[in-house]
Amino acid sequence: MSDPLFGAMLQSIVDGSPEKATELAQQALADGVDPLDAVNRGFAVGIKFAGDQFGCGEMFLPDLLASAEAMKAAIKILEPEMLKRGSQRKALGKIVLGTARGDIHDIGKNLVATILSASGFQIFDLGTSVTPEQFIAKAKEVDADIVGVSALLTTTMAGQKSVIEALDRNGLRPRVKAIIGGAAVTAKWAAEIGADGYSRNAIDALELAKNLMGKVTNKETAQA
Amino acid sequence: MRPRIQLLSPELVGRILHEAFELLMSPGVRVGSAAIELLRSAGVEIGVAANAGVARIPESLVRKCLASAPRDFHLYNRQGEKAVHYGGDDVHFDPGSCCVQVLDPDTLEARPSETRDLVRIVHVTEMLPEFAAQSTAVVCSDKDAPSAIGDLYRLFIVLQHSDKPVVTGSFSAAGLQGMIDLLVADSGSPEKLRQQPRAVFDVCPSPPLNWSEFGSHNLLDLARAGVPAEIVSMPLAGGTAPVTLAGSVTQHAAEVLAGITLHQLARPGSPIVWGGAPAIFDMRTGGAPMGAVETAMLNMACTEVGKHLGLPTHGYLVATDSKFVDAQAGAESARSAMLGALAGINMISGAGMLESLACFSVEKLVIDAESIASAYRLARGIEVRNDEVRSDEVRGDDVRPQTLATAMFAQTGLSGEFLQLKETRALFRQEQHLPSPVIDRSARGSEPPTDVFTRARTRVDNLVSKYRKPALPEDVLRKLQAIVNREADRAGVAAELPGK
Repeated sequence: MSDPLFGAMLQSIVDGSPEKATELAQQALADGVDPLDAVNRGFAVGIKFAGDQFGCGEMFLPDLLASAEAMKAAIKILEPEMLKRGSQRKALGKIVLGTARGDIHDIGKNLVATILSASGFQIFDLGTSVTPEQFIAKAKEVDADIVGVSALLTTTMAGQKSVIEALDRNGLRPRVKAIIGGAAVTAKWAAEIGADGYSRNAIDALELAKNLMGKVTNKETAQA
Repeated sequence: MRPRIQLLSPELVGRILHEAFELLMSPGVRVGSAAIELLRSAGVEIGVAANAGVARIPESLVRKCLASAPRDFHLYNRQGEKAVHYGGDDVHFDPGSCCVQVLDPDTLEARPSETRDLVRIVHVTEMLPEFAAQSTAVVCSDKDAPSAIGDLYRLFIVLQHSDKPVVTGSFSAAGLQGMIDLLVADSGSPEKLRQQPRAVFDVCPSPPLNWSEFGSHNLLDLARAGVPAEIVSMPLAGGTAPVTLAGSVTQHAAEVLAGITLHQLARPGSPIVWGGAPAIFDMRTGGAPMGAVETAMLNMACTEVGKHLGLPTHGYLVATDSKFVDAQAGAESARSAMLGALAGINMISGAGMLESLACFSVEKLVIDAESIASAYRLARGIEVRNDEVRSDEVRGDDVRPQTLATAMFAQTGLSGEFLQLKETRALFRQEQHLPSPVIDRSARGSEPPTDVFTRARTRVDNLVSKYRKPALPEDVLRKLQAIVNREADRAGVAAELPGK
């Protein structure tokens, strides 16, 4: 962290500048810095910081999205080198996401996908109005750790229940965790339909996902 | 003079409409398959490949459809009297719709709403003159309620317990037809329902610029049935719409213009409302803060655009983001009730709602009724009573002061004895809104003072105890039940018809 390059990386993420993040990632490669170090000691610290700032109300959703974009830009530069060294960042987990059947409102789901992806999860986004069958098929195909179902409308929340029932029917639980979210979703509803968790916003969703993966939440976001 | 608040200059209204028409051509509007043929036969270009289902609607066609849309219409009560006037600057309020939870007044916890909650809300609404219409306020999740036909079932409950008009909406295309059947049975015939509609249906586009399969279908079916439709466009500024309030008002205008075009093409002259539930997008929570002042500003501005086009208007206000019936709830709800009334919005939905429309409180509903009464009072403005006092405004002696003050001073001199003047007795009811005991203005006495929530609970109990169920003819009730049973069979659920 004392390294000024890592400090600048952190700052580029907090500033939400994909251009600066790209430049710093390129510089790191040119200087022979281990790309995994660049992520873990630089950029990922920035994402963690941005998340904390959001959590205490100092940063807002547009800021957070810009930070995630900057993170994506840095990873894009660093990834080929990580692959070459066989030291790519290990995904924190695989998450299948989508909105409940009949619900085409995806802004919340997209936020969750962006934040989780920037924080090191591998995201399989099925888009909007996803049937329980589609969730199941994808979860099996990618050997998902978590399935997340979003619903904005009070009338489509029942679709979250259907997905959880389908996971049970297919014997995927408790190995695959089911999480839900959406404007009208409450902890009570989550408990009622037997979800493994729910969160009120994308940052809480990150904590939730990490907890479900058996991670200790105060560890660094991205781990080798 | 009637007080008004306007947020948009005529020039800005012109720019908003100009850009809204531009949006209808580029990027265009996504429409459901039901609407495509209709638009094509009107000469509208429908995109292909990546733009499949995207209609580019020219201003000329929209203008033609605007010309056939009625400038006003009425909703009728069961007695066949005009009870709501959609048009001009008339203002009405109805409770919010479609909550899934209610605030339990004993535990102060939100719990899933049930049929008994809907019945209680309908009873209280029926007793409050501040509400010109009922709404199908909560979803019934009790095990006796047939959830697969939840939309129709809610209307069935309201029709049994109320004489007032109803603001409602369906959850599916099949549900809509059943609901129209219920209204036809209630009115006596499809023709009677068209002539004297009892209900208006909310129909929602999906921001941005998307009339989904379901939304398009509903709009066309309602137009063809001649049952009033209320377009509830819901741009979230910064989330699903431009972050600027002016930009979101422009998107709202484009969505509603597209909806009116589909609707009027299906049946010119069918009643349609320029409505919405626009809100800002909360940059911390990602939610839609219904109590934000900017949300009220969006509703007011969208209404101004609709009024400029000469259309009936609707908005979503008098709601709060608080989870309790507390100071935040009171401040946000009362503020937006005032602003909505001063904007002259024909129908303002949302009273009774907490938690950004997720939870309903009947105690909040009676408190909101007081805010609404105050808003009505404000909207009447300062009246000079010596010119044209309407006979229904005068009680007792026909007293019309010839001057503002001097004629009354001629009687009292400097004695200060205004309370004894016949003018005072004759006019105080028009000059002052007299609140119910929900509003505390009393001096502190020997009894400990109560808070507003406690007084609201007492008021709810009082209203419910005074409520009398309307006399619904036996044959009409049987017809309504038969429709619910038929729809329940069709949906494959048992309907035990609770809550009667």
